Amino acid sequence: MIDAIEVPSIDWVALLPLTSLLFGALLLLATSALVPGRLVARLAAPFTLVVCAVSLGASVFVWRRLGEGTAPFADVADAVAIDRFGVFVAAVIAMAIALSTLLAQSDRSLQRLGNIELYALFLLSGSGGVMLAMANDLVVLFLGLEILSIALYVLAGYDVRRRESREAGLKYFVLGGFASAFLLYGIALLYGATGSTNLGQIGSFLAANLPSHQGLLLAGLALLIVGLAFKVAAVPFHSWAPDVYDGSPTPVTAFMASAAKAAAFAGMLRVLFTTFPTLADQWRPVIWVLAVGSLVVGAFLAIAQDDVKRMLAYSSISQAGFILLGVEAGSSFGVSSALFYLLAYTFMVAGSFAVVAIVAGGGGRPRPADEGRVPQHRLSAFRGLSARRPTLAFGFTVLLLAQAGVPFTSGFVAKFGVLGAAVGADSYALAIVAMLTAVVSAYMYLRIVLTMYLVAPDPGAPRVSIPAMAGAGLVVAVAVTIVLGVVPGPALSLARDAVPTLLGAG
Amino acid sequence: MLSALVILPVLFAVAVALVPARHAPAARWLGVAGATLVGVLSVVVLVRFDVGDGGFQMVVDRSWISELGVSWHLGIDGISLFLVVLTGLLFPLVMAGVKPEGSAGQHDARAYTAWMLLLEAGCLGAFLALDLFVFFVMFEVVLVPMYFLIGGWGHGDSSKAATKFFLFTMTGSAFLLVGIVAVAFLNQQATGTLTFDLVTLADSQSLATTTGRWLFLAFAAAFAVKTPVFPLHTWLPDAHTQAPTAASVILAGVMLKLGTYGFLRFGIFLFPEAANYFAPLLVTLGVIGIVYAAVVATMQPDLKRLIAYSSVAHLGFIVLGLFAFTGQSVTGGVIQMVNHGVSTGVLFLIVGMIYERRHTREIAKLGGLQKSAPVMAVCFTIAMFSSIGLPGLNGFVGEFLVLIGSFSTRRWWTIVATTGVILAALYLLWAYQRVFHGTPEGDNATMPDVTRREGLVLVPLLACIVVMGIYPRPVLDRIEPAVDRLVARIDDRSPYDVPADGGTAEEQR
Repeated sequence: MIDAIEVPSIDWVALLPLTSLLFGALLLLATSALVPGRLVARLAAPFTLVVCAVSLGASVFVWRRLGEGTAPFADVADAVAIDRFGVFVAAVIAMAIALSTLLAQSDRSLQRLGNIELYALFLLSGSGGVMLAMANDLVVLFLGLEILSIALYVLAGYDVRRRESREAGLKYFVLGGFASAFLLYGIALLYGATGSTNLGQIGSFLAANLPSHQGLLLAGLALLIVGLAFKVAAVPFHSWAPDVYDGSPTPVTAFMASAAKAAAFAGMLRVLFTTFPTLADQWRPVIWVLAVGSLVVGAFLAIAQDDVKRMLAYSSISQAGFILLGVEAGSSFGVSSALFYLLAYTFMVAGSFAVVAIVAGGGGRPRPADEGRVPQHRLSAFRGLSARRPTLAFGFTVLLLAQAGVPFTSGFVAKFGVLGAAVGADSYALAIVAMLTAVVSAYMYLRIVLTMYLVAPDPGAPRVSIPAMAGAGLVVAVAVTIVLGVVPGPALSLARDAVPTLLGAG
Repeated sequence: MLSALVILPVLFAVAVALVPARHAPAARWLGVAGATLVGVLSVVVLVRFDVGDGGFQMVVDRSWISELGVSWHLGIDGISLFLVVLTGLLFPLVMAGVKPEGSAGQHDARAYTAWMLLLEAGCLGAFLALDLFVFFVMFEVVLVPMYFLIGGWGHGDSSKAATKFFLFTMTGSAFLLVGIVAVAFLNQQATGTLTFDLVTLADSQSLATTTGRWLFLAFAAAFAVKTPVFPLHTWLPDAHTQAPTAASVILAGVMLKLGTYGFLRFGIFLFPEAANYFAPLLVTLGVIGIVYAAVVATMQPDLKRLIAYSSVAHLGFIVLGLFAFTGQSVTGGVIQMVNHGVSTGVLFLIVGMIYERRHTREIAKLGGLQKSAPVMAVCFTIAMFSSIGLPGLNGFVGEFLVLIGSFSTRRWWTIVATTGVILAALYLLWAYQRVFHGTPEGDNATMPDVTRREGLVLVPLLACIVVMGIYPRPVLDRIEPAVDRLVARIDDRSPYDVPADGGTAEEQR
């Protein structure tokens, strides 16, 4: 005798930030398949931006609804958390997709490949990220991660004619597959140890009981951390990042460093902070090691590079180390600092990669001579940029100084926040390591600035043209970086309100 | 009022940056106008300053980032007053009077002027800040304009010097930032409110002794790099030598004072006990700095490098004065900060003028300039004697107060430091002799004297040197109340005793 399957009640409106991206992607794919012609191709980018705006609007709506008396709740049979934490990250991801889209729209080589699938994959991958951020169940977390990743594997290898891009796609796929396997195995072990995959139930179970299989539990948690640490490219799970960042088309790299990183950090923060606070003494040292490793390796290896894209790849590893400071603190201040950092970093890194793409000659009409040519990301391509393109050089300088943590940029406030969280959690050694590696990183950022301002341009340097869309994205990124640095108050209070709590316990 | 001192230069910097490229030369005069306006404002502050009050005056306190407990809290007292005035006056003078080098090539007056104004805003902000966060922000942000000024308009291997300067200071700041955050959060754990307000934090004194000592060390690391205290001074000669004249003047005159001022305002004020505990260490380093830098200066073949090392020696004196903790020695230290700014400023200006004319700063290639440029020689002489500490000039007042004040508590250190005065006379007079005396040959004989524009820059500074040397009372009257409060504070909060008069520390114990 089988009971009728009970359909859980679903609050569809609360899911809009997620579903709008997902349906946007499907709609775009379907339309391009059904309606041939150039019109769809031309409208794809504006459509993607509209979808992002809808998702962002939905996020704002849900955010406000959660403020007006509606307590955070678990939706879809407790599988999805509707709280400000998820909404905050969803908004960050939507903005990251929009910036990457602006960048891709003016990328010459991607344009030639046909870009509809590219935007659809951005949206799809982003929806996976949002799902990851909103997951209240380990299975949903895994689903989100896989949607995010599989789309990204394709995106990394999108520029099929370039060997580097193909290599990036394959490398990311193989290593990412391993990471997913670790994560899944970790979920299985956690289920075995606690009897549930639901974050709320695991959390309340652990709060009430002392598990008899501590080893099983810890092994599961460790594998879970490995899987997520891989996605955020924390040392020692970073080895894919430089090659994949370097080989992928630059707009995809921007997306990886902003949206994918934000989503994976969101998953890590929610799981560790809400579900496993009782095991904080066990996981904090693990995160500590990841943080120190990322900070040191990221900073020092970045110096050794002479390719700006690779420099930024290593720098993104060291920035992940900084965000891990907020995770390691395990306090609500740590979570909100990490969230602010993710918000600020999204704009910094997307803007930086926009400059890389512009200088490498992503703009303008395709020329036959460019066929198969390797884009120029070498440091030498930035020589004398201030003389050739003063505004572009200035914008890049602001973004680089922000990543170095210079005051009056969002980077400073972000670093200040995670540092405060670390010190508040008595992790003084970690705080000092972080600040000292920041000096090492500053050397690398200054090297780029120096090359732009103080080295004469090569006589045969190609003209740098700034495509409108990439330029617009860059302006937004620089403006946000400065505004968040001068008046960080509103964004900080948003991040503070977004600290997650345990949902669906029961 | 005080906010305007910080915000005005920023507004002018933005305005200057927006001047169209065609009118680039006009940008310079717009910048000079802005700096002059700030200078006038700083004089107004000086006039309205209440002489007898040792506390903070003209306080501005607005919430800035309430989420982090950061407030835009500015104020001025006797310690910062003359540093603010010095900054306010030095900037318009060097901006109007010094033609930036490299002007023949790709000099962009807009960028240069805008960076100068931002630098001014940062320096003033740091001197006025009464909130640790605001102070750190200002302390750190001045690196950026200075980096570009040294790198973009310097000589020789200037980009390397600029990077070295940036990284050295940033390493120090790394500790400072951790220290600041720790102070605020430990205070939050003790009292429940998160604040970066200097006065509140200093009054609550919630820190355990050991914690306080560690945090003082973190603060001291940053200030010692900036000051610079031996052995962290190695960035300074490079930065000074490679920097354009105007940047050298500002670096020596204003920016180095951020370090000593930081020691006084933040190190000693927040951690009186720890400051007292570490005072022997800092005094020793200060004295080593005095003697070591003097010896090294004697050996320098480059005139600008020589003056750079003399700066290290002078700042050693200031450190000695600050950490001797008597009213006289601290007052001497504060007034010496201003003196050093003026006299070293003049010396750097003159070296810049010589370089502009002769395209060398090598002492061996110069000689007999007194014949060809008598006015310049006179100006150099006055500034040099001020730097040596000749009675009747301002340098004497500061050095004398430092030495007499320190003698009562740190007798042996003071005796060693006094040899620094003799060495200063040695290296400066010897350099003067080689550069200005003798018979000029070749280009040295035809070197033009000080022009009217250059004279207009030098005269006010020289006037300062003489006036403050002959009649320092008005200056001392304003500094002393604030210093007395600070010294009384060390007295209250630490096992340290202020000697009554002339008693040695041994006797006190």
